[in-house]
Amino acid sequence: MWSGFSLRPDQASTIAKGVDELHYFLTAVTLFFTALIFFTIFYFMIKYRRRSEADRPAQIEGSLPLEILWTVIPTLITMVMFAWGSSLYFRNSRPPVASAEIFVVGKQWMWHLQHPEGPREINELHIPVGVPVKLTMTSEDVIHDFYIPAFRVKKDVIPGRYSSIWFQATKTGTYHLFCAQYCGMQHAGMTGWVYVMSLTDYAQWLSGGVKGESMVDAGGRLFSQLGCITCHVADKSGRCPPLQGLYGKAQKLADGRSMIADEAYIRESIVHPNSHHVAGYAPIMPTFQGQISEEQLLQLIAYIKSLRGEEGKAPKK
Amino acid sequence: MSVIPAEQLIDKRVHYLNESYGVKSWLFTKDHKRIGLLYLASITFMFFIGGAAAVLMRLHLIEPQGALVEPETYNKLFTMHGVIMVFFFLIPSIPAVLGNFLVPMMIGARDLAFPKLNLLSWYLYMVGALLTLSAIIAGGVDTGWTFYTPYSSVYANTHVMAVAIGVFINGFSSILTGLNFVVTIHKMRAPGLTWFRLPLFIWAMYATSIIFLLGTPVLAITLVLLGLERLLHVGIFDPKLGGDPLLFQHLFWFYSHPAVYIMILPGMGVVSEIIACFSRKRIFGYGLVAFSSMAIAAISFLVWGHHMFVTGQSIYAGLIFSALSFMVAIPSAIKVFNWTATLYRGSISYDAPMLYALGFIGLFTMGGLTGMFLASLATDVHLNGTYFIVAHFHYIMVGGAVMAYLGGIHFWWPKISGRMYSDGWARFAAFVIFIGFNLTFFPQFMLGYLGMPRRYAFYPAEFQVLNVMSTAGASILGIGYLIPLVYLAYSLRYGPVAPANPWGARGLEWRTSSPPVTENFEETPIVTAEAYAYDEGREPVA
Repeated sequence: MWSGFSLRPDQASTIAKGVDELHYFLTAVTLFFTALIFFTIFYFMIKYRRRSEADRPAQIEGSLPLEILWTVIPTLITMVMFAWGSSLYFRNSRPPVASAEIFVVGKQWMWHLQHPEGPREINELHIPVGVPVKLTMTSEDVIHDFYIPAFRVKKDVIPGRYSSIWFQATKTGTYHLFCAQYCGMQHAGMTGWVYVMSLTDYAQWLSGGVKGESMVDAGGRLFSQLGCITCHVADKSGRCPPLQGLYGKAQKLADGRSMIADEAYIRESIVHPNSHHVAGYAPIMPTFQGQISEEQLLQLIAYIKSLRGEEGKAPKK
Repeated sequence: MSVIPAEQLIDKRVHYLNESYGVKSWLFTKDHKRIGLLYLASITFMFFIGGAAAVLMRLHLIEPQGALVEPETYNKLFTMHGVIMVFFFLIPSIPAVLGNFLVPMMIGARDLAFPKLNLLSWYLYMVGALLTLSAIIAGGVDTGWTFYTPYSSVYANTHVMAVAIGVFINGFSSILTGLNFVVTIHKMRAPGLTWFRLPLFIWAMYATSIIFLLGTPVLAITLVLLGLERLLHVGIFDPKLGGDPLLFQHLFWFYSHPAVYIMILPGMGVVSEIIACFSRKRIFGYGLVAFSSMAIAAISFLVWGHHMFVTGQSIYAGLIFSALSFMVAIPSAIKVFNWTATLYRGSISYDAPMLYALGFIGLFTMGGLTGMFLASLATDVHLNGTYFIVAHFHYIMVGGAVMAYLGGIHFWWPKISGRMYSDGWARFAAFVIFIGFNLTFFPQFMLGYLGMPRRYAFYPAEFQVLNVMSTAGASILGIGYLIPLVYLAYSLRYGPVAPANPWGARGLEWRTSSPPVTENFEETPIVTAEAYAYDEGREPVA
């Protein structure tokens, strides 16, 4: 029963220490005020206990200076907490530009993870130590939540949209992965392990085992299989907008809006093509909702992201 | 069964309890005091049903792989516990029982403004409660009390609709109670009872009623939308139908965060009355304590987004909700300091109600301070969805609201029943509950920090020690709650007859006999001082 018992979770990411420092500060404030209130109550209870039924203590209306004091001090303390918590959160919410990407699909009741290089995992995530990793996540069904306590990161995984988190592991080891949003019968079983490996071990892991095709290759294959390739040809001669160099660029829509073509935009264009079609093209694209899985969508997006330049270069391998 | 104590034979006085007899005289009563008792019986029943679910959950979690039930059953147990405790116990607890009984008496009125609506609200409660219970008997529901979509609207194959309709109907019971209180407090105060002479309990009821009126309709609308999607497949929340799953959370928490204050504000009102009475002091800083109730009610509508920091809502929205959540803590802190200062130079006695009230201050303080961890963005990311949340809101809801409710029941029991209970047993129970409560929920703060998610039917073995402690505490707590049931029931028949004012309190409700006559006062009282005039007229205690 006592095996593995500890009062502190592992600190295994670059942000864990900062979150813990704030946690300790908050704990100290909590202990101080709890002790203050308990001690004062006990002291008054004893000092001013009723000595006679005829006691009629003098009445005190209140005290403006005291009221100001115990309004201002808690306000100042909470402002410190607010500023501290918010600045950490801001810092932690922006992934470094050069992050490795991994794609996550939650479904009742398992985690599917894909590395761009090809390896796919279920309920296990292998990552290298000391390298920032960005996860792009979505759900096949209900809302899940991707939680690695040792990294102090957590984010809801929501059907119909992409959410992302990032972390940089600082310690090799094996850490819990939990689903932290109730998702049905086997919610408690939607758990797994994160393996943080040294760079050489990780390279070895990547190259070993059944590798499978990379996400870009898989996406390219889908691109032909689903017939996307017949309309979305590389030059502007097709009936549909060319996708070369699309990713990250602003797109002018038929209704006058302009949107940045990010993952969510590409996903939406495939699943609900009529929700925003590009200016200058007829709305002829059929919807692919229900015909491709979230994992295939991620592969298509990886493929489209890999299409570079206006001149229609071959996709990078 | 036929033993009638001597004093009952002597007591020939007609009051609201003996003025008429029979089931009909209760089921068709329009007397606010009898309706309060109808609620007391109903919510006590619901409390023990919800409590039994909690005990089963805690016993199940004594082993990492789960000792008792299948995960499916466990999920239904925590859903049942949450739905019953929140909607059918905590929300109606103090307002519908003590509020119903006391609001007219505290302001010197004969009844609430709309006695028939008041009775209707109890029937609505009963219809909602029976529908929910029958859904549970028919197989239960497994969505959690939060009904998050699209799980509840598409994927769950349990009795979601029956329970949602039960909660929907019950909401109208809250709305009617709120409406009744607002009108009564505005229009029916006795001559001379100005706003700033009102007991703080009335201020708390007023603030609560406003949340009832403004918040509950949003819950009703949300449940209707849920029903539309579940039954008619109208796309509102499910992205596959073109809906937005987070919209549900916004709507749900727009009601359910203020609902947290529906549950705690009445408790703050009760505690203000008890602290004043048992330290024979006016509440320190009366005006600020009254004002802080209104401030909490107002700000409570602007903090719902702190439930959604990890949903991917914009970080700027997160920033604003975090700041507002810290703001709502300030009026609560002001109250705690003022209650503590009220004890200063008082004449403090330690009767059972006072022990509950002091317990409330301590546990509410801890519950409030641990809320800071969740208002702060960076720590919330780690703690959200873990046992830390469970511990935090149980310190507020059980350590706060339930302690205050029990304190209130003990304080006004002589007035309600006309009998005194055993003070020794009552103090003992308060002590057992305090110990059991802390042992149950304190380890859960640590579990949450270690990362154990809530709503897990089984869990990794390293969390077992703290879970076993929590289960041990829950067993003590469960017994603690059974003790008052016994001695309060016993007092109804065998307790000594209570005088009109056993505690030497100053509120209007203590000026009438115990139990009161049906019309509350023989003649309408004229008020010349505030409810806490503890230095006035040094007459001996009645």
